[in-house]
Amino acid sequence: MPGGERNEFDVAVIGGGLVGAALAWGLARRGRTVAMLDEGDIAYRASRGNFALVWVQSKGSGLSEYALWTRYSADVWPQLAATLRDETGLDVCLQQTGGLHLLLSEREAESRANEIKRLHNQPGMVPFDYQMLDRAAVARMLPQVGPEVAGASFCPLDGHVNALRLLRALHVAFQKRGGCYFPERAVERIEPRGGEFRLHAGAGGTDVIAASKIVLAAGLGNARLGPMVGMNVPVRPQRGQIMVTEKTAPFMPYVVHTVRQTDEGSVMISDSVEEAGFDTSVGSAVLAVEADRAVKMFPHLARLNVVRCWAALRVMPKDGYPIYDRSQACPGAFVATCHSGVTLAGAHALALPPWIDTGVAPNDGFGAFATRRFDVPAIN
Amino acid sequence: MFRRLTESRRALTIVVDGVATPARGGDSVAAALLAAGHAACRLSAVSGAPRGPYCQMGVCFDCLVMIDGVANRQACLTPVRDGMRVETQRGKREYGT
Amino acid sequence: MMAAGALDEGYDVAVVGAGPAGLAAAMVCAQAGLRCVLLDDQQNPGGQIYRGITNSPLARDTVLGPDYWRGEALVRAALASGAQYAPSATVWGLLRPDEIAVSIGGVSRQIRVTRTILATGAIERPFPIAGWTLPGVMTAGAAQILLKTSGLAPTGRTVLAGCGPLLWLLAWQYLNAGVRLDAILDTTASANWSRALRHAAGFAASPYLAKGLRLMRAVRRAVRIIRGVVEIKAEGRERVEAVICRTRRGQQERLPADTLLLHQGVVPNVNLAMSANVAHRWSDTQLCFVPCVDRYGATNVPHIAIAGDGAGIAGAEAAAARGRLAGIAAVRALTGKHLLAEEERTARHSLQRYERGRAFLDLLYQPAADFRRPRGDIVVCRCEEVTARQILDTVALGCPGPNQMKAFLRCGMGPCQGRFCGLTVTEMIAEARGVACDKVGYYRLRPPIKPITLGEIAGLPTDEAAINAVARE
Repeated sequence: MPGGERNEFDVAVIGGGLVGAALAWGLARRGRTVAMLDEGDIAYRASRGNFALVWVQSKGSGLSEYALWTRYSADVWPQLAATLRDETGLDVCLQQTGGLHLLLSEREAESRANEIKRLHNQPGMVPFDYQMLDRAAVARMLPQVGPEVAGASFCPLDGHVNALRLLRALHVAFQKRGGCYFPERAVERIEPRGGEFRLHAGAGGTDVIAASKIVLAAGLGNARLGPMVGMNVPVRPQRGQIMVTEKTAPFMPYVVHTVRQTDEGSVMISDSVEEAGFDTSVGSAVLAVEADRAVKMFPHLARLNVVRCWAALRVMPKDGYPIYDRSQACPGAFVATCHSGVTLAGAHALALPPWIDTGVAPNDGFGAFATRRFDVPAIN
Repeated sequence: MFRRLTESRRALTIVVDGVATPARGGDSVAAALLAAGHAACRLSAVSGAPRGPYCQMGVCFDCLVMIDGVANRQACLTPVRDGMRVETQRGKREYGT
Repeated sequence: MMAAGALDEGYDVAVVGAGPAGLAAAMVCAQAGLRCVLLDDQQNPGGQIYRGITNSPLARDTVLGPDYWRGEALVRAALASGAQYAPSATVWGLLRPDEIAVSIGGVSRQIRVTRTILATGAIERPFPIAGWTLPGVMTAGAAQILLKTSGLAPTGRTVLAGCGPLLWLLAWQYLNAGVRLDAILDTTASANWSRALRHAAGFAASPYLAKGLRLMRAVRRAVRIIRGVVEIKAEGRERVEAVICRTRRGQQERLPADTLLLHQGVVPNVNLAMSANVAHRWSDTQLCFVPCVDRYGATNVPHIAIAGDGAGIAGAEAAAARGRLAGIAAVRALTGKHLLAEEERTARHSLQRYERGRAFLDLLYQPAADFRRPRGDIVVCRCEEVTARQILDTVALGCPGPNQMKAFLRCGMGPCQGRFCGLTVTEMIAEARGVACDKVGYYRLRPPIKPITLGEIAGLPTDEAAINAVARE
């Protein structure tokens, strides 16, 4: 039930995207009274720009804790999907049959093989199954690949999900558990006061929502909000341009890292990363390069009509790894932000809520995600 | 159902789902189908429900048909050609069409 | 059809749309010596209102009426003006202020332009009733296009439904052609009369009154009119078989039908303009989004002007006048000289004449709320088959606007890009939330505003930055 009469809560989650909604639902399931604050209809919304992959194979190079956290999330994802289906009747169409990162030259193949090897050789890594496939092996799995496909790295743990339905399911499940959703309440100002928090939100910051604990899950907005509770949350926008085609009969039994076919048949293509600030305009040159690569991977895609393009700003923490922490200066304030909100949805829904609730870290390596790894400024 | 007020245009033949069907020069494929008594030209890719041309100006995308082996072509924007093969667009576009 | 390669690298002015506004704008620009290209997605010029005018199989002055044929002179003048005319050219994006992306024959090109005049006209307003997606149900505009371009008329049991001048014009044209119509279901809301009559003086002095009355009188004599219709359902299994209607007075009737033609007005085709970030506002009289334009059609985006029904519905003659004004502004901007003052005076005089009386028509023919905001299992998004019930349930979930609605339900994600559901979704959300349509907003539109193939996109020019942007870890 959106809003409602109540304006005091056990926990207020700032952000109604995949991270915020997963946390808010998880906390509501634990019996907390939870508010989820969200922006309006037009907002940056990284959750509308994801590629919906549940991806393990290349995560965590440089921080083995991230690889482990990713693996854990992929392992519990089926539980998340089943629980959401039970609670809402919505099927998020999780498919974890394996994913291929296609390579279009020998040089790409060599580079990729080295990268994955480096990832697996890290201290603290728990190895998982992966294979470097040559062209023939790829063609056996995906007969439609084009002649320029040189090979792939394959991991049976990889998959994808209907991310938009996931977001909707999380919102439905959250409200069924008594959670209160506050759209059009961008937070202007966080006021820590006497052991709790007053959030000044909405146009002019005139709506005030109070909570004993708050969780900053506002994606790119966390950079501005973090210092209000004494946390440095260095996240920046990274633009990805996405194309979606008309619906076509299923042809991909496996997910490819930059080309995926959704459960309702459309094909999504996303293969670009740009540092473009907060500019969400679409550029034909980038689309052309992405399209060219997609057609090299699957020549028959050339005929498909692209019905929509958009540019989404994804959240990129300074070092690429998630940021989970709680404020020393303002106890009770937490932050949770990351680049891979779909992959980590399992962990966010099932492992983070107990941490927020009880303070007990979900695992031994969890401290690696704290903000102390960056510089810590004074409170604003 | 539609009939022709004039038979002045050049007569030609298209093939609709394998059946030779009369058409006239200047017809769009959509017009030719309607003149031949076909109200539906496709089955929806979402539910399989039958659909037919709605706007005749290229903005509704309900008139999608397979033309000469290429799927999802807008019938109302495609002029007929003698011998053209037109097929019902049955749901989602198939691989290779 | 010309090939994409035949387009120049650059032009002074690109005019998008070869209806009356676009034809007039291109003519003015080209006659003044500017390098001008007229791009249109149809195979022949005339837009929709003069559709088929260069190659209609219907003999002159028999069926379509003199207003239609008046467009011929404009088409001829525009084609002779020196503007390069590119038919079957789909402008799918205004990717940069000085660049248009256009697709011809499956090949996409980007052409440089100094100024763009959008004249993309109007589309039929959505008319979401139960069964409106059945084969055999189409817009009155569609039926009129079939008449103009192929001389096709409905046979069997034919019902027209809705409100607005086009419905009556079509019925009159059918009478001229000897077509039998079973009934016209008139949904004109009687409550509109009192507000419309305030503008009656303007209408009485306009060119529309006498024509309109003559037309309606002829139709009324020959066709059964059911007035005060408040609900319509199309029924059938594989196609429409019957139309059920209910009147304000509670009378219900089931009419067997082979063809149902729906019309409740036309609205600006905003997709290209919105995708270029042109500011729009909600019009409470026309109940749609219209671009914010000045007296010359200029918008908030430098070098993009809008003329014709795409700037606000006012009919063919007003569109031509607006097209001339946009052309005149372009000529002045590009030559640096204040030319064509007399032409401007003439165009403004014509515009004033043809805009008179529009307020009356706009208010009288405002579709009733039930026909703009359906309920229950009525399909709202035709492409993705999203129902009214699903939309209202999602508003109850706290969804504040059409873009979040799109993310949750997929409405607006199909190939029509919201053209047949956008207004409905905006109005339904606005009403359910008790908020103005302007505040609710509209779908966020981006290029391509018509589908183009992945292969075509792959063929567009690239640059170093783009190549570096494409991830290759």
